Formats: sequence, structure tokens, C-alpha cells
Amino acid sequence: MSLVTGVVVFWLAAWMTNVWLSQRGNSRAVQFFVPALFGVSILVLWEGVVRGFDINAVLLPSPSAIGLQFSRELDTLWIDFVQTFVKGALSGYAIGCGAAFLTAVAVDRSPFLQRGLLPVGNFVAALPIIGMAPILVMWFGFDWQSKSAVVVVMVFFPMLVNTVQGLQASDHMQRDLMHTYGASYPQALLKLRLPAAMPFIFNGLKICTTLALIGAIVAEFFGSPIKGMGFRISTEVGRLALDMVWAEIAVAALAGSAFYGSVAMIERSVTFWHPSQRG
Amino acid sequence: MRSLLPILTVVLAIFVIWYGMAVKLNAPWAYDKAKRAEVSLSFSEMVADTWSQEKPRLPAPHQVTAEIWKSTGAMVLRGKAFSKRSLIFHGWVTLSATALGFVLGTLLGILLAVGIVHNRAMDMSVMPWVIASQTIPILAIAPMVIVVLNAVGVSGLLPKAVISMYLSFFPVVVGMVKGLRSPDHMQLDQMRTWHANRWQTFWALRFPSSMPYLFTSLKIAMAASLIGAIVGELPTGAQGGLGARMLTGSYYGQTIQIWSALISAAVLAAILVGIIGIIQGATLKRMGMVR
Repeated sequence: MSLVTGVVVFWLAAWMTNVWLSQRGNSRAVQFFVPALFGVSILVLWEGVVRGFDINAVLLPSPSAIGLQFSRELDTLWIDFVQTFVKGALSGYAIGCGAAFLTAVAVDRSPFLQRGLLPVGNFVAALPIIGMAPILVMWFGFDWQSKSAVVVVMVFFPMLVNTVQGLQASDHMQRDLMHTYGASYPQALLKLRLPAAMPFIFNGLKICTTLALIGAIVAEFFGSPIKGMGFRISTEVGRLALDMVWAEIAVAALAGSAFYGSVAMIERSVTFWHPSQRG
Repeated sequence: MRSLLPILTVVLAIFVIWYGMAVKLNAPWAYDKAKRAEVSLSFSEMVADTWSQEKPRLPAPHQVTAEIWKSTGAMVLRGKAFSKRSLIFHGWVTLSATALGFVLGTLLGILLAVGIVHNRAMDMSVMPWVIASQTIPILAIAPMVIVVLNAVGVSGLLPKAVISMYLSFFPVVVGMVKGLRSPDHMQLDQMRTWHANRWQTFWALRFPSSMPYLFTSLKIAMAASLIGAIVGELPTGAQGGLGARMLTGSYYGQTIQIWSALISAAVLAAILVGIIGIIQGATLKRMGMVR
């Protein structure tokens, strides 16, 4: 019991520190430190509650047990990571986003098609596309090709809608200026409309990072070779080896955050001029 | 109305591609069957066959429509609307989990947003984690949440609703934080001049001006909630629900069944989002926010 009290006291102390810090400054260090301290305090709270109340490891393993399992099973985790993330999610992400981008540029010259595609694309983007997974697994087999196909289908429409909207983002003045310069269609596209579309395109790319990982993992629930994160999660849940499941989740979380973070970093260097990226 | 014709064209194109793909994907099986029966197929016979197979690789739209009618309308006519073979039953199972998760997620989202807007420490420490929580492929946890909650003795609706809630709270938090912060300085100063306290400012100014943002996020949250409910039904061998229907379909190679469950899910999503859209229109009109 004293353990639980101690942990709760620690958590409250961390929270008070955060309140105090957040009222002080708004420097870079504070902006980094406050959420970090909050995260650490949550982990400590978790560990303390699991130990203090003696919660069964089948229900909720403690962070330390998960960390231990993580370091013990590094090889398996790496194999799963390569199978699901590199082969399944990344390839599908590249193909899907690439195809959507090219489609958007292709229909760019026809306002008629755009008016038709935008509402339909918006509608399809809201549908539970993930349900296509069993069908695609049936078509493309159990290996990574089917996971990649699921990802392609999932990311295509959000990306398409964002790119089409982005290509319409430049205003009339700017387009008139291009016209005055006597710019041809490809020139105007490359010099004005594509750069102006970049914030929208990156918005789509960022949304798709999460979708890609979800698609690749969920598709493995419908059948996969004996490796992969989704496969491991569903089999280890069956054996009630929850620490392994949590280790896989940690890998997924790290991969997802790193993926999102790297796209956000590229965005920052490409769209440095956009108001949301300035100071 | 100007965009009606383009939309119809695109939809028509989708159907044409669908039928074409059905011919292409199902043709090998049709030829195979003909070869074993030692008859030769003319092109039109082959096309007719690909559109009427029992377990096609890709069922044609009219086959899916027929299956949906068989398991909804026809069953209602026979008075068996809620039998286990009826899509209405499965749709209802999914819908109840979706609705519960959506309500819980919306409440959680609004509470978090109110806290974030009014408390600087909470803004700085919670907001980054809310965003980080969405870069985690949370659906991966779905099977575990269900198994764990089952072990504690919670089963049925609630575990699925928890997954829906997790997926739907995020858009609400982000939208509401934006919305509650949307009143500009002028308006906030006005409230101060009237000596309004925080509570009054919240009810009279912040909350009403967040409405357009709220409804936009609610639409996204509803779609996410439905996805959560369907995926929540996948890994555990659930007895009912559109997700369970897809899974059994994929076990037994019943492609038409999978597609009919998929299309019903799509229709359900469209109806739910449409309802929110109608409420949005009525509310914003009442509040004088529609131009």
C-alpha cells in the first residue's frame, strides 16, 4: 500500500512541477520537458499500480516486464518489424500515395472530373475500407504483397482528396500572374500550383502514415506467414503472453511515431514558407 | 446540383470498371469449368458465367445487391428480421457498439478539450501525448483489449465500444480545442467588459462558437468509431456483427457474403454521417451560423 501512496505522491509532485513550469516560460526546453515528465510520471504510476495492487501479468504487465521482454526478444521483433513495416506498410504507402498523386495531377486539367471525384473520394475515404482486407488477402496470398495491397487501398483516397484540393489552392491573382508571364501548363504546374499544394499534400501524407501501419497490421489478422506484427499479436494474445503483445505494441508505437515524425520533418523543410511552419 | 452530373459519371465509371474486373478475375475459373465439362465457351457465354458464379473472386454488383436483399428485405418480409442470418441483426450489433463508443469518445474528447483550453499545464503536458497516441496503430491493440476485458468478466458490447471510443475521441479533442479557441480577442475583451466569469464566458461565447468545429469532428469521429467496432469484431471470433460476418466469409470463401457485409458497412457509415450532417445543418441554421 505504501508503494501505491508513494507513486501517487510522485505523480502529484510531477504534476505540480508541470503546473509551475508551464506558468513560467515558454522556452524550447520547457516545451520538451513538460510532456516528457508527464509521460514518465504516467509510466511510474502504471508500474506502481501493477506492483502495489499485485495485478496479474495476464491482465496488465508492468512497464519493466515489457521492457525486459522487449530486450529479450529483439530478434523476433526485428523480423516482425521488417515483415510488416518495411515490406508491407512502406511499399504500400509508396505505391498508394504515388498513384493517388499521379491520378490527382492527371485529372487536374479536367474540372468536370474533379467535381465528380472530390465528393466520391471524400465519401470513400470515410468508409470502413479496412473491410477490404479479407478480400485482398484472398487475391494476393498470405505474404506481404496482400498487406501492401490493403495499404494501397487505404491510403489512396485520403491522399487523392488532399492532393486535388491542394492543386486548387493557388488563388486567381497568382494564376493570372503566371498567365501574364506566358507560362505553359507544365510550367505553371511546377512553379506555382505544386508548391502551393505542398501543405495539403503533406497533410495527406501524414494522415496516411498511420493508416498504412494500421492496414498492414490488421491485414495480418486474416492470414499471414508465421512472422509479422499482426500475426504475433493475435497468436500471443491467444497464449495470454501479454508482455510480448505489449512489446509488439511498443515497436508499432515507435515505428509509427518515427514514420510520422520523419514525414513531418520533410514537410518542415519543404513548406518552410507556410504560416503554420514559421516561428 | 452543378456537380451532380460529374458525380454520376464517376460513379458510373466505377461500376463499369467493377464489371470489367469481375470478367477478368473470374474468367480463368469459367474457362476451367468449361474445359472439364468439355464444352467451348463463346465470349458472351463466358461473360455471363463470370457474372453469376457461386464463389467468384470478385462478385458483380448485382450479385451483391441480390445477396443484401436476400438477407435484409426478404427476411423482413418473412418476419425474420432479427434472425442470425440476417444482415439487419449483424448491422444492429455493430451499430450499437459504434453508437456507444461514439458517445463515450465524444464526451471524453469534449472534457479533455475543455481541460486543455482552460489549463495551461494540461495543454502542455497532455496535448503532445494525445497527438502521439494517434501515430500509434491503435487498432493493433484491439484484440488485446477485448481478450483482457473478457478475462476481467466484461464481454459483449463494452470492449468493442472501448476501441471505438479510443478511435473517435481524437478528432473531437483536436476540433474542440480549435473551436473553443476560435473566439477572437475582441469578443473575449467584450466578455471581460461585461464582467463575465470563466464559466459564463464558456457557455455564452466559447461553446457556441465551437459548434461548426464540433460537427466537422463528429463526422470524422463517427466514421472512425464504425471502423473501430468492425475491427473489434474481427480477432475474437465474435458471434455477431458485420466484422464477424466478413471473417466467417473469408474462412469459407464466401466472397459474396464478404462484399455484402462490406457494402452494408459502407451504407451504415453513409447513413450515420448523413444524420450528423442533418443535425449540423439544423443546429447551425438555428444559431444563425450558416451564411
